Amino acid sequence: MCTVCGCGTGSVEGHHAHDHHHHHHHPHDHGQDHGDLHFGQGPAGVEVAGMSQARLIEIETDILAKNDRYAAANRARLAELGAFAINLVSSPGSGKTTLLCRTIEALGAQPLAVIEGDQQTANDADRIRATGAQAVQVNTGKGCHLDGHMVGHAMEHLDIAPASLLFIENVGNLVCPAAFDLGEDCKVAILSVTEGEDKPLKYPDMFTAAKLALLNKVDLAPYCDVDLDLYEANLRRVNPGLEVIRVSSRTGEGMDRWLGWLQGRLAQKSARAAAE
Amino acid sequence: MHEMSLVEGIRRVIEDQARTHDFARVKVLRVEIGRFACVEKPALEFAFDVVMRGSVAEGARLEMIDLAGRVMCYDCVAEVEIAERLSPCPLCGGGRLMPVGGDEMRIKDMEVI
Repeated sequence: MCTVCGCGTGSVEGHHAHDHHHHHHHPHDHGQDHGDLHFGQGPAGVEVAGMSQARLIEIETDILAKNDRYAAANRARLAELGAFAINLVSSPGSGKTTLLCRTIEALGAQPLAVIEGDQQTANDADRIRATGAQAVQVNTGKGCHLDGHMVGHAMEHLDIAPASLLFIENVGNLVCPAAFDLGEDCKVAILSVTEGEDKPLKYPDMFTAAKLALLNKVDLAPYCDVDLDLYEANLRRVNPGLEVIRVSSRTGEGMDRWLGWLQGRLAQKSARAAAE
Repeated sequence: MHEMSLVEGIRRVIEDQARTHDFARVKVLRVEIGRFACVEKPALEFAFDVVMRGSVAEGARLEMIDLAGRVMCYDCVAEVEIAERLSPCPLCGGGRLMPVGGDEMRIKDMEVI
């Protein structure tokens, strides 16, 4: 299993048919096999040094340093383009894809691209493409999250125009995606009212890592006996700086605020790129 | 769940070090884990034993050093240490705390022969 790079068990599926799992246009340093990429396989290739004395080697390296290098490369590319990237994180079934479809429809002519992460199937990318937007599906296989390397490859399959929005829909999982930087500008957490008010307390890391939380499916609140204010209080308990917008993909409630938030952030980012 | 990925990252670092420093075996590997890092220590230990098989670190002892969780209290504006993510501020009892440190996941050093 190779969940760090995803190449062994994952696949990238683009607009056009591939006769192999994915391309490797950019130079990278993992292994000699250029067809499939594997970490941590085979012998270390170390000669026995014949040393009998134990010695201490200082390393001081972040475990995720490799992921962070890929993420930094993605971030640099997005900065050049003045493109604003959102990493959408949530539990499965929170309504990420539906919300994204409605968002894309409402954005009209705004240039954008979508990376869809799931363990299996291209269902979500198909749904996005049905709106007319370009999308690439990344299947992580056994992997529980997208990582910087997978997203870098996925970006190669997309035509990201300057001043675009790039939506990265992460694997539905409230735990692991919090730890992996993809090079995005910010994480947006989606929490639906059917999940329970204490979700932020049960899974604080994801909501701490997010800049914005979308409290989704608010049209269902009357049927779920939920307290929307308690949802917000628990979100701010784990992340006092969090912005919260109540939305419903079905009724359109709150969508204008969400679109305004996106457009404001994108305008700031593309203005920065233009100034440099 | 992603502890396996983390340990695969650790193995790559060890293999890179083995090429640079020319050693036969890792006896002890020390990692620093912040209290707020998304890491379950028993899961990391389990994954370590499995993933290191066949490497220079097979059978190595994994030592995990806890690093404190530091937060900024939005009520009294102090930076304080707390033991649990949802603990209240030890100074003012406030509950609105933002982590500012303690998400470290770092390979510190290793003893090799």
